[in-house]
Amino acid sequence: MSGGNVNSTNASARPWFERLDRVDRRWIFLLMFLAVSGPILWIGVTGKTLPEAPTLAARAVFQEINQLPARSLVLISFDYDPASAGELQPMATSLVRQCAAKNLRMVFIALWPLGSQVAQQTIQDVIRDDYPALKEGDDFVNMGYQAGNEAVMKLLLTDFAKAFPKDSRGEATSNIPILKDVKMVSQFPLLISVSAGYPGSKEWVQYVISAYNEKMNFVTGCTGVSAPQLYPYFPQQIAGLLGAIKGAAEYESMVNESLAVDGVATAPKYLQAQRRMGPQLVAHLLMVGLIIVGNVIFFARKRRGAA
Amino acid sequence: MTRQAKTWLIIGAVFVALIVVRGMIGQGLGRVYVKRTDVTVTLPDAAAAGAPSASANESINVSPSAASTQVTGAPSSGTTSATSASTISWQEWKQVPPLEFIAAQKANPAQTEIALSWPRTIGLWLAAFFTLAIFSFLYADNPFYKIAESLVVGVSAAYWGVIGFWDTLVPKMFGALTPGLVKSLVQPSLVAPERLQQISMVFALILGVMMLWRLLPRGGWISAWPLAFIVGVTAGLKIVSHVESDLMAQAAATMKPLVVSVTDASGATNMWDSWWASVANVLLVTGVICCLTYFFFSVEHKGVVGGAARVGIWYLMITFGASFGFTVMGRIALLAARVEFLFDDWLWLIDPNHFRGL
Repeated sequence: MSGGNVNSTNASARPWFERLDRVDRRWIFLLMFLAVSGPILWIGVTGKTLPEAPTLAARAVFQEINQLPARSLVLISFDYDPASAGELQPMATSLVRQCAAKNLRMVFIALWPLGSQVAQQTIQDVIRDDYPALKEGDDFVNMGYQAGNEAVMKLLLTDFAKAFPKDSRGEATSNIPILKDVKMVSQFPLLISVSAGYPGSKEWVQYVISAYNEKMNFVTGCTGVSAPQLYPYFPQQIAGLLGAIKGAAEYESMVNESLAVDGVATAPKYLQAQRRMGPQLVAHLLMVGLIIVGNVIFFARKRRGAA
Repeated sequence: MTRQAKTWLIIGAVFVALIVVRGMIGQGLGRVYVKRTDVTVTLPDAAAAGAPSASANESINVSPSAASTQVTGAPSSGTTSATSASTISWQEWKQVPPLEFIAAQKANPAQTEIALSWPRTIGLWLAAFFTLAIFSFLYADNPFYKIAESLVVGVSAAYWGVIGFWDTLVPKMFGALTPGLVKSLVQPSLVAPERLQQISMVFALILGVMMLWRLLPRGGWISAWPLAFIVGVTAGLKIVSHVESDLMAQAAATMKPLVVSVTDASGATNMWDSWWASVANVLLVTGVICCLTYFFFSVEHKGVVGGAARVGIWYLMITFGASFGFTVMGRIALLAARVEFLFDDWLWLIDPNHFRGL
């Protein structure tokens, strides 16, 4: 389906597959826009979402958090920025929500410059809005961003306070109650990374989890582009994995189900991932259709060429 | 006027007309209202260092070390002012639904607590404009796309420059070498560096200067030394971690039993789960062996080796297909987020978060 100029002089004389092959690619862009925007409008108006059947990797993420005793320490690394928020923010929101509901103590860090602000926004949307009893410093803390990529991870293995000497407010790590007894990263029974690329989940596996595989568990949520690179680590090195928006929707449905209260509808902000599965469905159907049409054209041309 | 220019003109005119019509229906579109909250914090006294108290029902934590000279704990969306030696105050603005503004205006037309935020509204319209400007490239290259593209490049370059300076050079380099100066001038919350850290930063500074030497007309070879240091350290770090996590751990993870027996809670064997677990392990081990065979070029790919290599190609093709599928999913998710922004925040066509309806 080559784009560009369409020579219409002998268009009617061409066979059907030739005409289809010369369709302006901008029609396909328009179709894709309609395939995405149509379900968004429909879901936005009706509020209905598609049902989700959680896969093993998503169930493992839920289970890893669920099995921790209350007040356990969890290290949550925000390794993404707003450019990937469309894909990763729904899973980050659900992860923080499950941790807050389980009364786990959360330590937020960021290895991406804007990760700190994204973490702060998530804290505002989830913890401050819906779990106001949780106190900053005692129940959660945002340690902000640290430059250094893998060097920060290596430093976390030996000295947490050296890697993050103060939190995002400027408070010295030694004065933060939640980190009073924390010397190194292995004291966190669970590490969570929401990752858009480098540095992110892969580096956490390579530099931290490989060193402490038996002491701490690691679960991660990642973009669709990086998910295929991380699946080989599941379940030995990565205990649970949320691959792209589909993984986020599966996990979100599990968290919503576990925290559901009879007669009270789930807040719309906790349905972000499931809402985005509508456009995914229609757009994927369109993609599959286009691939089939492309193959039909290919074989039709081949057959004509052979004849 | 060329045909393409006419097309652009028609598209633009239709689009503007649609926006004008949308603006006149219902609540309108594209406005951001904010509610002001005044916050006053009493700083802990040096003699009796108690917890800071805050008014306006706000729980505020301000670092004592930071507050001695300036406030670092203040929110970014507020203005800060020192009202006395021991108290500080600022204003916070939180976005509120338009209906809340209308209700407040009805109750008291002179109220200023809730107001239209021009900076945020302009920011919203700019975000919408640049989103559409980038999308317009799908039709054809045009000046709007060029403007948006140039802006992204310029802002990104400037942003990374600022990040590099304030998050790396200032706290790590200058903060270690001249901690007193940095603490008093720019970062009151700077944690005092250790002696070893200061010494190591002297070496880092020397290496940095050597790296910049390549900008001088003579002696560019000096920059090869810090480059050699970087390559050496990176190789050392990567080799160890890759061998541990990608070679040894992955090899161990591939050594799986080909026949698996899965038992349920009562201790009985679950034949269905056992069958699928065994199939999964057989597929995994077969895939690894066949893919490795495909990349083994010391033996001609004929007979058994050729057959295994062909199976390996199938595995690779399926992997590439899965990667493509994941990539498509990721890109559609990003597109959906952008379209949701346009329909929800800008055009007010939908309200999935039930924000605008009270």
